[in-house]
Amino acid sequence: MAAVAALPPKAAPFDPETVRADFPILERRVHDRPLVYLDNAATTQKPRAVLDAEDRFYRRHNANVHRAIHTLGNEATVAYEQAREAVGRHLGAADGRGVVFLRNATEALNLVAWAWARRRLRPGDEILLTPMEHHSNLVPWQMVARETGARLRFIPVGPDGALEMDALDRDGLLGPRTRVVAFAHCSNVLGTITPAEELCRRARAVGAVSVVDAAQSVPHAPVDVGRLGCDFLAFSGHKTYGPMGVGVLWGRPERLEAMEPLFGGGEMILKVELESATWNEVPWKFEAGTPNVAGAVGLAAACAYVRDLGQDRIAAHEAALTRLALDGLGDCPGVTIHGPGPGSPRGALVAWSADGVHPHDLAQYLDQEGIAIRAGHHCAQPLMRQLGVVATARASFGLYNTAAEVEALVGAVRRAREFFHA
Amino acid sequence: MPETPDAALEELYREVILDHYKHPRNRGRLDGPGAEAVELQNPTCGDEIRLSVRVQDDRLADLRFEGRGCSISMASASLMTEACRGLTRDEAVALCAGFKAMLAGAGEPERLGDLAALSGVAQFPVRVKCATLGWNALLRALGGGAAAGDGGAMDA
Ligand SMILES: Cc1ncc(COP(=O)(O)O)c(C=O)c1O
Repeated sequence: MAAVAALPPKAAPFDPETVRADFPILERRVHDRPLVYLDNAATTQKPRAVLDAEDRFYRRHNANVHRAIHTLGNEATVAYEQAREAVGRHLGAADGRGVVFLRNATEALNLVAWAWARRRLRPGDEILLTPMEHHSNLVPWQMVARETGARLRFIPVGPDGALEMDALDRDGLLGPRTRVVAFAHCSNVLGTITPAEELCRRARAVGAVSVVDAAQSVPHAPVDVGRLGCDFLAFSGHKTYGPMGVGVLWGRPERLEAMEPLFGGGEMILKVELESATWNEVPWKFEAGTPNVAGAVGLAAACAYVRDLGQDRIAAHEAALTRLALDGLGDCPGVTIHGPGPGSPRGALVAWSADGVHPHDLAQYLDQEGIAIRAGHHCAQPLMRQLGVVATARASFGLYNTAAEVEALVGAVRRAREFFHA
Repeated sequence: MPETPDAALEELYREVILDHYKHPRNRGRLDGPGAEAVELQNPTCGDEIRLSVRVQDDRLADLRFEGRGCSISMASASLMTEACRGLTRDEAVALCAGFKAMLAGAGEPERLGDLAALSGVAQFPVRVKCATLGWNALLRALGGGAAAGDGGAMDA
Protein backbone atom coordinates (compact mmCIF):
# COMPACT_ATOMS: atom_id res chain seq x y z
CA MET A 1 0.00 0.00 0.00
CA ALA A 2 2.77 2.37 0.90
CA ALA A 3 4.27 1.93 -2.53
CA VAL A 4 0.97 2.71 -4.18
CA ALA A 5 0.43 5.77 -2.07
CA ALA A 6 3.89 6.97 -2.98
CA LEU A 7 3.11 6.96 -6.69
CA PRO A 8 2.52 10.38 -8.14
CA PRO A 9 -1.20 11.06 -8.60
CA LYS A 10 -0.84 10.96 -12.38
CA ALA A 11 -0.09 7.24 -12.31
CA ALA A 12 -3.50 6.41 -10.83
CA PRO A 13 -6.00 5.13 -13.38
CA PHE A 14 -8.35 7.76 -14.69
CA ASP A 15 -11.83 7.31 -13.33
CA PRO A 16 -14.42 9.54 -15.00
CA GLU A 17 -16.96 8.65 -12.32
CA THR A 18 -14.89 10.40 -9.66
CA VAL A 19 -14.17 13.48 -11.74
CA ARG A 20 -17.87 13.83 -12.55
CA ALA A 21 -18.39 14.80 -8.93
CA ASP A 22 -16.30 17.91 -9.65
CA PHE A 23 -18.92 19.21 -12.12
CA PRO A 24 -22.12 20.29 -10.36
CA ILE A 25 -24.07 20.64 -13.62
CA LEU A 26 -23.70 16.93 -14.35
CA GLU A 27 -26.22 16.28 -11.58
CA ARG A 28 -28.87 17.89 -13.73
CA ARG A 29 -31.68 15.95 -15.27
CA VAL A 30 -33.07 16.86 -18.69
CA HIS A 31 -36.58 15.70 -19.60
CA ASP A 32 -36.44 13.54 -16.53
CA ARG A 33 -33.30 11.71 -17.66
CA PRO A 34 -29.72 12.15 -16.48
CA LEU A 35 -27.95 14.75 -18.60
CA VAL A 36 -25.56 13.19 -21.13
CA TYR A 37 -23.53 16.15 -22.29
CA LEU A 38 -21.81 15.46 -25.61
CA ASP A 39 -21.48 19.01 -26.95
CA ASN A 40 -18.08 19.73 -25.49
CA ALA A 41 -16.64 21.16 -28.70
CA ALA A 42 -19.20 23.97 -28.40
CA THR A 43 -18.43 24.59 -24.76
CA THR A 44 -17.33 22.46 -21.83
CA GLN A 45 -18.87 22.33 -18.38
CA LYS A 46 -16.99 23.91 -15.48
CA PRO A 47 -15.48 22.12 -12.51
CA ARG A 48 -16.01 23.40 -9.00
CA ALA A 49 -12.38 24.55 -8.93
CA VAL A 50 -13.17 27.07 -11.69
CA LEU A 51 -16.51 28.15 -10.27
CA ASP A 52 -14.89 28.65 -6.87
CA ALA A 53 -11.94 30.59 -8.27
CA GLU A 54 -14.24 33.07 -10.00
CA ASP A 55 -16.50 33.27 -7.00
CA ARG A 56 -13.60 33.80 -4.62
CA PHE A 57 -12.25 36.57 -6.78
CA TYR A 58 -15.53 38.48 -6.66
CA ARG A 59 -16.15 37.77 -2.97
CA ARG A 60 -12.66 38.47 -1.66
CA HIS A 61 -10.45 40.32 -4.10
CA ASN A 62 -12.57 42.27 -6.55
CA ALA A 63 -10.97 45.56 -7.60
CA ASN A 64 -9.72 47.00 -10.84
CA VAL A 65 -6.29 45.93 -11.95
CA HIS A 66 -3.07 47.85 -12.48
CA ARG A 67 -4.47 51.11 -11.20
CA ALA A 68 -5.11 50.92 -7.51
CA ILE A 69 -2.60 51.25 -4.70
CA HIS A 70 -5.03 49.83 -2.18
CA THR A 71 -4.87 46.26 -0.94
CA LEU A 72 -7.67 44.80 -3.05
CA GLY A 73 -6.34 46.48 -6.16
CA ASN A 74 -3.00 44.96 -5.47
CA GLU A 75 -4.48 41.50 -4.88
CA ALA A 76 -6.53 41.67 -8.07
CA THR A 77 -3.48 42.72 -10.08
CA VAL A 78 -1.40 39.94 -8.64
CA ALA A 79 -4.15 37.37 -9.32
CA TYR A 80 -4.55 38.57 -12.90
CA GLU A 81 -0.83 38.55 -13.66
CA GLN A 82 -0.40 35.18 -12.00
CA ALA A 83 -3.17 33.86 -14.24
CA ARG A 84 -1.20 35.14 -17.24
CA GLU A 85 1.93 33.34 -16.07
CA ALA A 86 -0.06 30.16 -15.46
CA VAL A 87 -1.61 30.23 -18.92
CA GLY A 88 1.77 30.93 -20.52
CA ARG A 89 3.31 27.95 -18.75
CA HIS A 90 0.29 25.82 -19.64
CA LEU A 91 1.18 26.53 -23.27
CA GLY A 92 4.78 25.53 -22.66
CA ALA A 93 6.13 29.09 -22.67
CA ALA A 94 8.63 30.21 -20.06
CA ASP A 95 6.33 32.94 -18.78
CA GLY A 96 3.19 34.95 -19.50
CA ARG A 97 4.77 37.60 -21.70
CA GLY A 98 3.17 36.32 -24.89
CA VAL A 99 -0.28 35.88 -23.36
CA VAL A 100 -2.91 38.45 -24.35
CA PHE A 101 -6.22 38.03 -22.54
CA LEU A 102 -9.21 38.63 -24.83
CA ARG A 103 -12.81 37.45 -24.99
CA ASN A 104 -12.48 34.24 -27.01
CA ALA A 105 -10.66 32.55 -29.87
CA THR A 106 -12.60 34.61 -32.39
CA GLU A 107 -11.32 37.86 -30.94
CA ALA A 108 -7.79 36.46 -30.77
CA LEU A 109 -7.81 35.49 -34.46
CA ASN A 110 -9.27 38.86 -35.38
CA LEU A 111 -6.51 40.62 -33.47
CA VAL A 112 -3.88 38.92 -35.63
CA ALA A 113 -5.86 39.59 -38.78
CA TRP A 114 -6.37 43.28 -38.07
CA ALA A 115 -3.35 44.31 -36.03
CA TRP A 116 -0.79 42.21 -37.83
CA ALA A 117 -2.03 41.36 -41.33
CA ARG A 118 -4.20 44.37 -42.16
CA ARG A 119 -1.23 46.68 -41.71
CA ARG A 120 1.32 44.63 -43.60
CA LEU A 121 -0.36 42.90 -46.49
CA ARG A 122 -0.22 44.29 -50.01
CA PRO A 123 -1.99 43.38 -53.23
CA GLY A 124 -0.66 40.05 -54.47
CA ASP A 125 0.31 38.80 -51.01
CA GLU A 126 -1.23 35.49 -50.04
CA ILE A 127 -2.96 34.12 -46.99
CA LEU A 128 -2.94 30.33 -46.85
CA LEU A 129 -5.86 28.65 -45.07
CA THR A 130 -7.75 25.37 -45.20
CA PRO A 131 -11.34 24.77 -46.30
CA MET A 132 -12.18 23.29 -42.92
CA GLU A 133 -11.67 26.41 -40.85
CA HIS A 134 -14.27 27.56 -38.39
CA HIS A 135 -15.81 30.79 -39.70
CA SER A 136 -13.77 32.63 -37.06
CA ASN A 137 -10.55 31.66 -38.84
CA LEU A 138 -11.95 32.37 -42.29
CA VAL A 139 -14.14 35.46 -42.27
CA PRO A 140 -11.54 37.80 -40.66
CA TRP A 141 -9.06 36.79 -43.40
CA GLN A 142 -11.68 37.37 -46.09
CA MET A 143 -12.19 40.85 -44.66
CA VAL A 144 -8.47 41.59 -44.54
CA ALA A 145 -8.01 40.23 -48.06
CA ARG A 146 -10.75 42.51 -49.33
CA GLU A 147 -9.15 45.55 -47.68
CA THR A 148 -5.55 44.83 -48.69
CA GLY A 149 -5.94 43.15 -52.05
CA ALA A 150 -4.29 40.01 -50.69
CA ARG A 151 -5.42 36.66 -52.03
CA LEU A 152 -6.77 33.70 -50.09
CA ARG A 153 -5.51 30.24 -50.92
CA PHE A 154 -6.57 26.91 -49.50
CA ILE A 155 -4.79 23.63 -48.81
CA PRO A 156 -7.23 21.01 -50.10
CA VAL A 157 -8.82 18.55 -47.72
CA GLY A 158 -9.04 14.96 -48.99
CA PRO A 159 -12.01 12.63 -48.60
CA ASP A 160 -10.45 11.21 -45.42
CA GLY A 161 -10.38 14.68 -43.88
CA ALA A 162 -6.60 15.01 -44.11
CA LEU A 163 -4.86 18.05 -45.55
CA GLU A 164 -3.27 17.33 -48.92
CA MET A 165 0.18 18.53 -47.97
CA ASP A 166 1.57 17.57 -51.41
CA ALA A 167 -0.42 20.45 -52.82
CA LEU A 168 1.80 22.98 -51.04
CA ASP A 169 4.52 22.48 -53.67
CA ARG A 170 2.52 20.82 -56.44
CA ASP A 171 0.05 23.69 -56.73
CA GLY A 172 2.44 26.39 -55.57
CA LEU A 173 0.26 27.13 -52.57
CA LEU A 174 3.17 28.11 -50.39
CA GLY A 175 5.86 30.44 -51.65
CA PRO A 176 7.44 33.86 -51.44
CA ARG A 177 4.06 35.59 -51.70
CA THR A 178 2.69 33.74 -48.68
CA ARG A 179 2.52 36.07 -45.69
CA VAL A 180 0.16 34.20 -43.37
CA VAL A 181 -0.49 30.49 -42.84
CA ALA A 182 -3.53 30.04 -40.58
CA PHE A 183 -5.19 26.74 -39.72
CA ALA A 184 -7.05 24.80 -37.08
CA HIS A 185 -4.91 22.46 -35.02
CA CYS A 186 -7.97 20.21 -34.75
CA SER A 187 -11.03 20.56 -36.97
CA ASN A 188 -14.24 21.13 -35.06
CA VAL A 189 -16.22 19.23 -37.71
CA LEU A 190 -14.06 16.38 -38.91
CA GLY A 191 -11.81 15.98 -35.90
CA THR A 192 -8.78 16.03 -38.21
CA ILE A 193 -5.51 16.77 -36.43
CA THR A 194 -3.45 18.89 -38.79
CA PRO A 195 0.34 18.57 -39.12
CA ALA A 196 0.83 21.80 -37.20
CA GLU A 197 4.55 21.57 -36.61
CA GLU A 198 5.21 20.95 -40.29
CA LEU A 199 2.94 23.81 -41.36
CA CYS A 200 4.60 26.22 -38.96
CA ARG A 201 8.02 25.13 -40.18
CA ARG A 202 7.02 25.53 -43.81
CA ALA A 203 5.55 28.94 -43.05
CA ARG A 204 8.73 30.08 -41.37
CA ALA A 205 10.81 28.84 -44.30
CA VAL A 206 9.06 31.26 -46.65
CA GLY A 207 8.96 34.11 -44.14
CA ALA A 208 5.23 33.86 -43.42
CA VAL A 209 3.70 34.02 -39.96
CA SER A 210 1.90 30.96 -38.67
CA VAL A 211 -1.41 31.24 -36.83
CA VAL A 212 -2.74 28.17 -35.04
CA ASP A 213 -6.40 28.02 -34.09
CA ALA A 214 -6.07 25.78 -31.07
CA ALA A 215 -9.68 26.13 -29.89
CA GLN A 216 -10.21 22.36 -30.26
CA SER A 217 -6.74 21.15 -29.29
CA VAL A 218 -5.87 22.95 -26.05
CA PRO A 219 -8.86 21.33 -24.27
CA HIS A 220 -7.76 17.80 -25.11
CA ALA A 221 -3.98 17.47 -25.11
CA PRO A 222 -0.85 19.27 -23.98
CA VAL A 223 -0.08 22.03 -26.50
CA ASP A 224 3.41 23.51 -26.50
CA VAL A 225 3.97 26.70 -28.50
CA GLY A 226 7.71 26.07 -28.55
CA ARG A 227 7.35 22.63 -30.03
CA LEU A 228 4.76 23.81 -32.53
CA GLY A 229 7.02 26.65 -33.57
CA CYS A 230 4.04 28.92 -34.22
CA ASP A 231 4.00 32.70 -34.23
CA PHE A 232 0.46 33.00 -32.90
CA LEU A 233 -1.95 30.63 -31.20
CA ALA A 234 -5.58 31.26 -30.23
CA PHE A 235 -7.98 29.45 -27.93
CA SER A 236 -11.13 30.02 -25.88
CA GLY A 237 -11.34 29.55 -22.13
CA HIS A 238 -14.90 28.26 -22.21
CA LYS A 239 -14.03 25.27 -24.39
CA THR A 240 -11.33 24.14 -21.99
CA TYR A 241 -13.30 23.98 -18.71
CA GLY A 242 -12.78 27.69 -18.05
CA PRO A 243 -15.32 30.53 -17.93
CA MET A 244 -17.06 32.13 -20.87
CA GLY A 245 -15.83 35.58 -21.84
CA VAL A 246 -12.11 34.92 -21.63
CA GLY A 247 -9.87 33.76 -24.44
CA VAL A 248 -6.20 33.92 -25.26
CA LEU A 249 -3.94 35.01 -28.04
CA TRP A 250 -0.46 33.75 -27.46
CA GLY A 251 2.06 35.56 -29.62
CA ARG A 252 5.77 35.16 -29.97
CA PRO A 253 6.91 38.20 -28.00
CA GLU A 254 8.96 39.68 -30.86
CA ARG A 255 5.90 39.44 -33.13
CA LEU A 256 3.76 41.16 -30.53
CA GLU A 257 6.44 43.85 -30.12
CA ALA A 258 6.32 44.60 -33.81
CA MET A 259 2.53 44.84 -33.85
CA GLU A 260 0.54 48.01 -33.33
CA PRO A 261 -2.40 47.87 -30.91
CA LEU A 262 -5.90 47.57 -32.33
CA PHE A 263 -7.88 49.28 -29.59
CA GLY A 264 -6.90 52.43 -27.78
CA GLY A 265 -7.88 53.33 -24.25
CA GLY A 266 -6.88 52.80 -20.68
CA GLU A 267 -4.29 50.24 -19.68
CA MET A 268 -2.69 49.98 -23.10
CA ILE A 269 -0.83 53.28 -22.87
CA LEU A 270 2.42 54.43 -21.34
CA LYS A 271 2.02 58.15 -21.70
CA VAL A 272 -0.81 60.16 -23.20
CA GLU A 273 -0.67 63.72 -24.46
CA LEU A 274 -3.50 65.57 -26.12
CA GLU A 275 -2.32 64.80 -29.62
CA SER A 276 -0.56 61.51 -29.15
CA ALA A 277 0.24 58.60 -26.90
CA THR A 278 2.87 55.95 -26.50
CA TRP A 279 2.06 52.32 -25.97
CA ASN A 280 2.45 50.18 -22.95
CA GLU A 281 4.62 47.08 -23.14
CA VAL A 282 3.63 43.74 -24.57
CA PRO A 283 1.16 42.17 -23.82
CA TRP A 284 -0.70 45.00 -22.06
CA LYS A 285 -0.77 47.23 -25.12
CA PHE A 286 -3.36 44.86 -26.61
CA GLU A 287 -5.60 44.91 -23.56
CA ALA A 288 -7.35 48.28 -23.69
CA GLY A 289 -9.84 48.84 -20.90
CA THR A 290 -10.76 46.75 -17.89
CA PRO A 291 -10.16 43.08 -18.63
CA ASN A 292 -12.14 40.02 -17.52
CA VAL A 293 -10.06 39.48 -14.40
CA ALA A 294 -12.32 36.87 -12.82
CA GLY A 295 -12.41 35.06 -16.16
CA ALA A 296 -8.62 34.98 -16.37
CA VAL A 297 -8.41 33.71 -12.80
CA GLY A 298 -10.99 31.04 -13.61
CA LEU A 299 -9.10 30.03 -16.74
CA ALA A 300 -5.89 29.61 -14.74
CA ALA A 301 -7.85 27.38 -12.35
CA ALA A 302 -9.07 25.33 -15.31
CA CYS A 303 -5.49 24.88 -16.55
CA ALA A 304 -4.42 23.75 -13.08
CA TYR A 305 -7.38 21.37 -12.91
CA VAL A 306 -6.52 19.48 -16.11
CA ARG A 307 -2.82 19.45 -15.27
CA ASP A 308 -3.57 17.91 -11.89
CA LEU A 309 -5.71 15.24 -13.50
CA GLY A 310 -2.97 14.63 -16.05
CA GLN A 311 -3.46 15.84 -19.61
CA ASP A 312 -2.06 12.65 -21.09
CA ARG A 313 -4.47 10.54 -19.07
CA ILE A 314 -7.39 12.72 -20.14
CA ALA A 315 -6.29 12.39 -23.77
CA ALA A 316 -6.12 8.59 -23.47
CA HIS A 317 -9.56 8.43 -21.88
CA GLU A 318 -11.10 10.63 -24.56
CA ALA A 319 -9.40 8.66 -27.33
CA ALA A 320 -11.00 5.50 -25.94
CA LEU A 321 -14.44 7.15 -25.90
CA THR A 322 -13.96 8.38 -29.46
CA ARG A 323 -12.97 4.90 -30.59
CA LEU A 324 -16.08 3.48 -28.93
CA ALA A 325 -18.29 6.07 -30.62
CA LEU A 326 -16.71 5.44 -34.03
CA ASP A 327 -17.30 1.71 -33.69
CA GLY A 328 -20.81 2.02 -32.28
CA LEU A 329 -22.07 4.67 -34.69
CA GLY A 330 -20.27 3.03 -37.58
CA ASP A 331 -22.33 -0.12 -36.95
CA CYS A 332 -25.65 1.76 -37.02
CA PRO A 333 -27.58 1.24 -40.24
CA GLY A 334 -27.65 4.29 -42.50
CA VAL A 335 -24.89 6.14 -40.67
CA THR A 336 -21.96 7.72 -42.55
CA ILE A 337 -19.12 8.99 -40.40
CA HIS A 338 -17.18 12.00 -41.66
CA GLY A 339 -13.48 12.60 -41.18
CA PRO A 340 -10.38 10.50 -40.61
CA GLY A 341 -10.79 6.74 -40.79
CA PRO A 342 -9.63 4.25 -38.18
CA GLY A 343 -5.96 4.56 -37.40
CA SER A 344 -5.61 8.22 -38.41
CA PRO A 345 -5.22 10.83 -35.70
CA ARG A 346 -8.51 12.34 -34.64
CA GLY A 347 -9.68 14.72 -31.94
CA ALA A 348 -12.30 13.80 -29.37
CA LEU A 349 -15.30 14.22 -31.63
CA VAL A 350 -17.32 12.36 -34.23
CA ALA A 351 -19.56 13.91 -36.89
CA TRP A 352 -21.92 11.83 -38.97
CA SER A 353 -24.90 11.84 -41.30
CA ALA A 354 -27.78 9.40 -40.99
CA ASP A 355 -29.85 8.44 -44.01
CA GLY A 356 -33.40 9.69 -43.73
CA VAL A 357 -32.91 11.40 -40.38
CA HIS A 358 -31.95 15.05 -40.56
CA PRO A 359 -29.39 16.07 -37.90
CA HIS A 360 -31.88 18.53 -36.38
CA ASP A 361 -34.47 15.88 -35.96
CA LEU A 362 -31.90 13.52 -34.53
CA ALA A 363 -30.70 16.14 -32.03
CA GLN A 364 -34.29 16.81 -31.04
CA TYR A 365 -34.92 13.12 -30.51
CA LEU A 366 -31.74 12.68 -28.47
CA ASP A 367 -32.56 15.71 -26.37
CA GLN A 368 -35.73 14.05 -25.22
CA GLU A 369 -33.52 11.30 -23.87
CA GLY A 370 -31.34 13.83 -22.07
CA ILE A 371 -28.51 13.54 -24.61
CA ALA A 372 -27.03 16.83 -25.83
CA ILE A 373 -25.30 16.73 -29.22
CA ARG A 374 -24.77 19.36 -31.90
CA ALA A 375 -26.59 19.49 -35.22
CA GLY A 376 -25.88 22.03 -37.89
CA HIS A 377 -23.12 23.43 -40.05
CA HIS A 378 -20.76 23.91 -37.07
CA CYS A 379 -19.75 27.31 -38.41
CA ALA A 380 -18.00 25.60 -41.32
CA GLN A 381 -20.31 26.07 -44.30
CA PRO A 382 -17.66 25.70 -47.03
CA LEU A 383 -16.67 22.33 -45.59
CA MET A 384 -20.31 21.22 -45.40
CA ARG A 385 -20.57 22.01 -49.10
CA GLN A 386 -17.54 19.86 -49.82
CA LEU A 387 -19.08 16.99 -47.80
CA GLY A 388 -22.25 17.47 -49.84
CA VAL A 389 -24.46 18.01 -46.80
CA VAL A 390 -26.12 21.05 -45.28
CA ALA A 391 -25.61 19.85 -41.75
CA THR A 392 -24.19 17.00 -39.72
CA ALA A 393 -24.72 15.62 -36.25
CA ARG A 394 -21.72 15.83 -33.93
CA ALA A 395 -20.90 14.28 -30.59
CA SER A 396 -17.84 15.70 -28.84
CA PHE A 397 -16.31 14.37 -25.67
CA GLY A 398 -14.83 15.77 -22.51
CA LEU A 399 -12.93 14.35 -19.59
CA TYR A 400 -16.12 13.57 -17.62
CA ASN A 401 -17.85 11.51 -20.31
CA THR A 402 -18.16 7.77 -19.81
CA ALA A 403 -18.37 4.66 -21.93
CA ALA A 404 -21.94 4.21 -20.68
CA GLU A 405 -22.84 7.62 -22.11
CA VAL A 406 -21.40 6.72 -25.49
CA GLU A 407 -23.46 3.53 -25.42
CA ALA A 408 -26.56 5.56 -24.55
CA LEU A 409 -25.84 7.74 -27.57
CA VAL A 410 -25.47 4.82 -29.93
CA GLY A 411 -28.65 3.17 -28.65
CA ALA A 412 -30.64 6.37 -29.08
CA VAL A 413 -29.30 6.92 -32.60
CA ARG A 414 -30.60 3.46 -33.50
CA ARG A 415 -34.01 4.14 -31.96
CA ALA A 416 -34.25 7.48 -33.76
CA ARG A 417 -34.05 5.66 -37.06
CA GLU A 418 -37.19 3.71 -36.19
CA PHE A 419 -38.97 6.75 -34.83
CA PHE A 420 -38.46 8.63 -38.10
CA HIS A 421 -39.27 5.55 -40.21
CA ALA A 422 -35.91 5.90 -41.90
CA MET B 1 -46.01 20.89 -22.18
CA PRO B 2 -47.12 17.27 -22.48
CA GLU B 3 -46.44 15.04 -19.48
CA THR B 4 -43.71 12.71 -20.69
CA PRO B 5 -40.78 13.45 -22.93
CA ASP B 6 -41.92 10.90 -25.46
CA ALA B 7 -45.37 12.47 -25.61
CA ALA B 8 -43.71 15.81 -26.39
CA LEU B 9 -41.85 14.18 -29.27
CA GLU B 10 -45.00 12.56 -30.62
CA GLU B 11 -46.67 15.94 -30.37
CA LEU B 12 -43.90 17.54 -32.43
CA TYR B 13 -43.50 14.78 -34.96
CA ARG B 14 -47.09 13.87 -35.78
CA GLU B 15 -47.61 11.23 -38.44
CA VAL B 16 -48.73 13.89 -40.91
CA ILE B 17 -45.37 15.60 -40.60
CA LEU B 18 -43.33 12.45 -41.01
CA ASP B 19 -45.50 11.53 -43.97
CA HIS B 20 -44.95 14.86 -45.71
CA TYR B 21 -41.25 14.63 -44.91
CA LYS B 22 -40.93 11.19 -46.48
CA HIS B 23 -43.31 11.94 -49.33
CA PRO B 24 -43.16 15.65 -50.04
CA ARG B 25 -46.04 16.98 -52.14
CA ASN B 26 -45.48 19.38 -55.01
CA ARG B 27 -41.79 18.87 -55.29
CA GLY B 28 -40.06 20.47 -58.24
CA ARG B 29 -39.74 23.71 -60.14
CA LEU B 30 -41.99 25.82 -62.29
CA ASP B 31 -40.90 27.44 -65.52
CA GLY B 32 -42.65 29.51 -68.09
CA PRO B 33 -44.71 32.70 -67.99
CA GLY B 34 -45.79 33.98 -64.61
CA ALA B 35 -43.43 31.65 -62.74
CA GLU B 36 -41.19 33.08 -60.10
CA ALA B 37 -38.63 31.41 -57.84
CA VAL B 38 -37.21 32.38 -54.46
CA GLU B 39 -34.29 30.77 -52.69
CA LEU B 40 -33.94 31.10 -48.98
CA GLN B 41 -31.59 29.70 -46.35
CA ASN B 42 -31.84 29.35 -42.66
CA PRO B 43 -28.45 30.81 -41.70
CA THR B 44 -28.41 29.17 -38.29
CA CYS B 45 -28.60 25.63 -39.60
CA GLY B 46 -27.94 25.81 -43.34
CA ASP B 47 -31.34 24.42 -44.37
CA GLU B 48 -32.30 25.68 -47.80
CA ILE B 49 -35.40 25.91 -49.93
CA ARG B 50 -36.21 26.91 -53.48
CA LEU B 51 -39.84 27.80 -53.89
CA SER B 52 -41.44 28.40 -57.29
CA VAL B 53 -44.85 29.98 -57.61
CA ARG B 54 -47.08 30.88 -60.56
CA VAL B 55 -49.54 33.67 -59.96
CA GLN B 56 -52.45 33.95 -62.40
CA ASP B 57 -55.21 36.51 -62.06
CA ASP B 58 -53.94 37.31 -58.56
CA ARG B 59 -54.24 33.67 -57.52
CA LEU B 60 -51.50 31.18 -56.60
CA ALA B 61 -52.16 28.87 -59.50
CA ASP B 62 -49.26 26.57 -58.61
CA LEU B 63 -46.49 26.15 -56.04
CA ARG B 64 -43.52 23.79 -56.12
CA PHE B 65 -40.51 23.45 -53.87
CA GLU B 66 -37.12 21.83 -53.63
CA GLY B 67 -34.82 21.91 -50.69
CA ARG B 68 -32.75 20.27 -48.06
CA GLY B 69 -33.68 20.45 -44.45
CA CYS B 70 -35.12 18.81 -41.39
CA SER B 71 -38.50 17.12 -41.26
CA ILE B 72 -40.12 20.23 -39.78
CA SER B 73 -38.91 22.60 -42.50
CA MET B 74 -39.62 20.24 -45.38
CA ALA B 75 -43.00 19.03 -44.10
CA SER B 76 -44.04 22.60 -43.41
CA ALA B 77 -43.15 23.62 -46.97
CA SER B 78 -44.97 20.61 -48.38
CA LEU B 79 -48.11 21.33 -46.34
CA MET B 80 -47.89 24.96 -47.38
CA THR B 81 -47.90 24.15 -51.09
CA GLU B 82 -51.13 22.22 -50.59
CA ALA B 83 -52.77 24.78 -48.36
CA CYS B 84 -51.97 27.75 -50.58
CA ARG B 85 -52.83 26.46 -54.03
CA GLY B 86 -55.68 28.51 -55.41
CA LEU B 87 -55.56 31.23 -52.77
CA THR B 88 -55.39 34.90 -53.68
CA ARG B 89 -52.31 36.80 -52.58
CA ASP B 90 -54.18 38.36 -49.69
CA GLU B 91 -55.58 35.04 -48.57
CA ALA B 92 -52.13 33.46 -48.68
CA VAL B 93 -50.60 36.30 -46.67
CA ALA B 94 -53.42 36.01 -44.12
CA LEU B 95 -52.93 32.24 -43.87
CA CYS B 96 -49.24 32.80 -43.29
CA ALA B 97 -50.05 35.20 -40.45
CA GLY B 98 -52.42 32.64 -38.92
CA PHE B 99 -49.77 29.95 -39.24
CA LYS B 100 -47.11 32.09 -37.56
CA ALA B 101 -49.55 32.98 -34.79
CA MET B 102 -50.03 29.27 -34.14
CA LEU B 103 -46.25 28.78 -33.89
CA ALA B 104 -46.20 31.57 -31.32
CA GLY B 105 -48.71 29.59 -29.28
CA ALA B 106 -51.62 31.84 -30.23
CA GLY B 107 -54.19 31.97 -33.02
CA GLU B 108 -56.74 29.34 -33.89
CA PRO B 109 -55.01 26.19 -35.12
CA GLU B 110 -58.36 24.45 -35.59
CA ARG B 111 -59.04 26.83 -38.47
CA LEU B 112 -55.81 25.92 -40.23
CA GLY B 113 -56.70 22.44 -41.39
CA ASP B 114 -53.74 20.11 -41.96
CA LEU B 115 -51.36 22.89 -40.99
CA ALA B 116 -52.46 22.37 -37.39
CA ALA B 117 -50.23 19.28 -37.44
CA LEU B 118 -47.36 21.73 -36.87
CA SER B 119 -48.86 23.25 -33.73
CA GLY B 120 -46.49 21.17 -31.57
CA VAL B 121 -43.61 23.32 -32.84
CA ALA B 122 -44.81 26.11 -30.52
CA GLN B 123 -43.37 24.07 -27.63
CA PHE B 124 -39.92 24.10 -29.26
CA PRO B 125 -39.01 27.74 -29.92
CA VAL B 126 -35.69 26.91 -31.60
CA ARG B 127 -37.60 24.95 -34.25
CA VAL B 128 -39.91 27.82 -35.20
CA LYS B 129 -37.28 28.98 -37.71
CA CYS B 130 -37.50 25.58 -39.39
CA ALA B 131 -41.26 25.68 -39.69
CA THR B 132 -41.30 29.18 -41.19
CA LEU B 133 -38.58 28.75 -43.83
CA GLY B 134 -40.98 27.86 -46.65
CA TRP B 135 -43.50 30.47 -45.58
CA ASN B 136 -40.91 33.23 -45.57
CA ALA B 137 -39.95 32.18 -49.08
CA LEU B 138 -43.60 32.48 -50.06
CA LEU B 139 -43.93 35.95 -48.55
CA ARG B 140 -40.87 36.97 -50.47
CA ALA B 141 -42.23 35.54 -53.70
CA LEU B 142 -45.42 37.50 -53.15
CA GLY B 143 -43.35 40.62 -52.56
CA GLY B 144 -44.88 41.15 -49.15
CA GLY B 145 -44.03 41.22 -45.43
CA ALA B 146 -40.77 39.44 -44.75
CA ALA B 147 -39.35 40.39 -48.12
CA ALA B 148 -37.21 43.18 -46.73
CA GLY B 149 -33.60 42.45 -45.85
CA ASP B 150 -32.01 39.13 -45.22
CA GLY B 151 -33.67 38.56 -41.90
CA GLY B 152 -36.49 36.85 -43.72
CA ALA B 153 -35.27 33.44 -42.79
CA MET B 154 -34.55 34.43 -39.23
CA ASP B 155 -37.71 36.05 -38.07
CA ALA B 156 -40.52 33.87 -36.94
C1 LIG C 1 -11.93 25.35 -34.35
C2 LIG C 1 -12.64 26.52 -33.72
N1 LIG C 1 -12.12 27.74 -33.83
C3 LIG C 1 -12.70 28.82 -33.28
C4 LIG C 1 -13.88 28.72 -32.59
C5 LIG C 1 -14.51 29.96 -32.04
O1 LIG C 1 -14.59 29.94 -30.66
P1 LIG C 1 -15.30 31.14 -29.90
O2 LIG C 1 -16.70 31.17 -30.38
O3 LIG C 1 -15.17 30.79 -28.47
O4 LIG C 1 -14.55 32.37 -30.25
C6 LIG C 1 -14.47 27.47 -32.46
C7 LIG C 1 -15.76 27.32 -31.76
O5 LIG C 1 -16.58 26.46 -32.04
C8 LIG C 1 -13.84 26.34 -33.03
O6 LIG C 1 -14.37 25.12 -32.92
